[in-house]
Amino acid sequence: MKTVLRLLATASVVAFASSAAMAAGELNIYNWGNYTSPEMIKKFEEKYDVKVNLDGYDSNEAMLAKVKAGDTGYDIVVPGDYMIKVMIGDGLLEEVKPNTMENFKNVDPKWVDVWWDPGRNYSIPYQWGTTSFTVDTAVYDGEIDTLALLFNPPEVLKGRINMLNDMNDVINAGLRYLGYGRCNGNQEELREVLALLTKAKPDWRTMDYAIIEKLTSGDVDMSQSWNGAAMRARAQRPTLKYAYPKEGFTGWMDNVAVLKGAPNLENAKLFINFMMDPENAAMTSNFARYANGILGSDEFMDPEMLSAPEIVMPASAPAPDFVTPCPQEVVDLYNKIWTQLKQ
Amino acid sequence: MSKQDDTVALAAALEHNRRRERLTRFWLLAPALLIILAISILPLGITVVYSFLTPGTYGGVTWEFSTDSYVQFLFQRDIFDDTLVFNSAYLSIFLRSIGLALGATIGALILGFPTAYFIATKPREQRNLWLFLITLPFWTNLLIRTYAMLLIIRDEGIINLVLMKSGILSSPLAILYTDTAVFIGLIYSFLPFMVLPIYASLEKIDFSLVEAGYDLYANRLKVLFHVIVPLAKPGLVAGGILVFIPALGAYITPELLGGGKKLMIGNMIAMQFGASRNWPFGSAAALILMALVVIVLLVNALATGREARGNG
Repeated sequence: MKTVLRLLATASVVAFASSAAMAAGELNIYNWGNYTSPEMIKKFEEKYDVKVNLDGYDSNEAMLAKVKAGDTGYDIVVPGDYMIKVMIGDGLLEEVKPNTMENFKNVDPKWVDVWWDPGRNYSIPYQWGTTSFTVDTAVYDGEIDTLALLFNPPEVLKGRINMLNDMNDVINAGLRYLGYGRCNGNQEELREVLALLTKAKPDWRTMDYAIIEKLTSGDVDMSQSWNGAAMRARAQRPTLKYAYPKEGFTGWMDNVAVLKGAPNLENAKLFINFMMDPENAAMTSNFARYANGILGSDEFMDPEMLSAPEIVMPASAPAPDFVTPCPQEVVDLYNKIWTQLKQ
Repeated sequence: MSKQDDTVALAAALEHNRRRERLTRFWLLAPALLIILAISILPLGITVVYSFLTPGTYGGVTWEFSTDSYVQFLFQRDIFDDTLVFNSAYLSIFLRSIGLALGATIGALILGFPTAYFIATKPREQRNLWLFLITLPFWTNLLIRTYAMLLIIRDEGIINLVLMKSGILSSPLAILYTDTAVFIGLIYSFLPFMVLPIYASLEKIDFSLVEAGYDLYANRLKVLFHVIVPLAKPGLVAGGILVFIPALGAYITPELLGGGKKLMIGNMIAMQFGASRNWPFGSAAALILMALVVIVLLVNALATGREARGNG
C-alpha cells in the first residue's frame, strides 16, 4: 500500500513538473480567422520547441473588445494599422523593440516609418493589402473599375452582392463614391451617404465577412473583398476579377504585436523575430495570399503570387488609401448611420 | 421534577435542535448560495452599473454617471441636428426580434404538439426511443446544426437541387439570407424545447377522459380543444416560454442564416461591444431585453395564478 501511495505521489510530482515545463514552452496567438499558415506555425513549434495555441477573430473591434476585457492569456495579436495606433495609445501593447532584433534588417524600409508605429517600436508587418471588390466576369462582363457596381448595380448583379459587415469599409466606399473625404464629420455629406446606402441595400444579398465561402458556394456573384481573399476565391471560381475602382479603395496593413502582460513574453519576442525571416513571411503570404513587406521573401513565394492581378496593381489604379482612425464624434455618427442602415 | 418542567425542558431541547439544524442547513447551503451569488448576481450587477456609465473612447467605460444609454434606446441626439428626436431604429430591431420569436414559437407549437401527442400515445416501452430521437440533435453543437441548415436551404443546397433537377423549379428558391431562413432556423433549433414539456403534460393525461368525450358525442375537434388541449395547457405554456425566450435573444441563427443585413437584438447587443464601442448602451440593451423576458414570465405567472384561484 505504501509503495502504491509513493508511486502515486511521484507520478503526480512528475506530472506537475512536466506540465510546468510545457507551460514554459507555449505561445498563444490571437489572429484573424483563416489567416495563419499552419505550416509556418509547425516550423516555429519545431524550431523552438514551443506549443502554439491559435485563436481567431473577425474584426479589429472584436479583438479590441476582448483584449480590453482583460486577462485573455494571449501573447500575440495581429491588429490592423489604425488599431495598432489605438492600442499603443491605450497602453495595451508591450514595447518589444522589434527594430533592435536580428531580422529587422529584412523589413522593407517603406514599412518602417509608418504613421501607426513610427520606427517600429511595437509591431512588425504581417500582411498588407487592399480592400475593394471582386466580380464574376462570367455574370457581368462590363466595366468593373467603378464603385457604381456596389451602389447602383446592373440588373444581373442585383441581389447577388455581398458587402463586408464592416462599418468603416462600407461607409468609406460610400464616401469615395460620392467624392467626399474619409473620417468625415460633415452632417450634410453623411446624410447623403446614408441615403445612398439605404437605396443600395435592397440590391445587396448579405453583409458578411465570410467572403470566400459566399463567392465559391455561389451565394453571390460579387463581393466587397480583401485582395488576398479575392485571390483565394478565384482559385475556385476562375472567372472572378478583382476591381481597382477609379474612385479609390482602402489600403491596410496587419501587424504582429505583443500584448502588454503577455504570459510568454520571451516566446513572443522569438516569434516576432521569426516572422521577419523572409522564408517564414513567404509561408504566410503563400497561405493568406497577401504581400508581406519583408524584403527577400519573393524567392520563397509561389510564382503565381508574383504576377497575380490581385497583388500586382495595374499602373492605372489609384494609390491605395490608408485610412487613419477617426475621432470619437465621427465614430458616433458612423454608428448611427450603421444602425439606421441595419434596423 | 414536575411534569411541567419536563415539557419546558423538552421544548427548549427541541428549540435548540431546531436552531442547530437551521444553522447546519445554512452552512451546507452556503457554498451553493455563494456560487449563485458569484456567477449570476455579480455579473448582472456589473451590467446594471455599466449601463449607467459613459462609454470609453475605444470601448470600455469611463466612471461618469449617465442615463444616456437608456435615452438612446428611444431617442437620438445630434445625429444631424442637436435636438432630441424619437428614433425608431432600436425599437424596430426589438420589434422584429419579438415578431420572429413569436413566429418561431407558434411554428414550433404547430409542429411540436402533434409530435408530442404521437409519442405520448405510443406504447410505454417505445416512448423512450422516440424521446431519445427528439433529444438526439442536442448532441451536436448549435453552430454546426445551424450551418447544416444553411447548406440545406442555400441556392445550391439539397432542397433547391432536388426541386430543380426534378424540373419543378427553373431557378432556385432564394430562402437563405431572408427572414424566412431565420424563422426556419429558430424553429429547427428550439423545437425539442417545445416537444418535451408538452409530452410531459400529455403523458399524464388519463385517456379514458378522451373516451368519455367521444361517449358524450363530441367529435374529434371538440375532444382535442375541450379535453386534450386544456389538460396539456401547462406543457404548452412551458414549451412556449422555453422557445420564445431563447429565440428572442438568438445570436448564431440570425448571424448565419439572416445574412447580416438586418440586426436582431442579440446581434445588436454584440455589436455595441465591438465595432460600436459603446459598452454602456450594450449593457442597457441587454437589461431591456431581460426586462422583456421578465414581463413575459410575470404575465404567465399572473395568468396561471388567476386560473388556479378561479379553479379553487
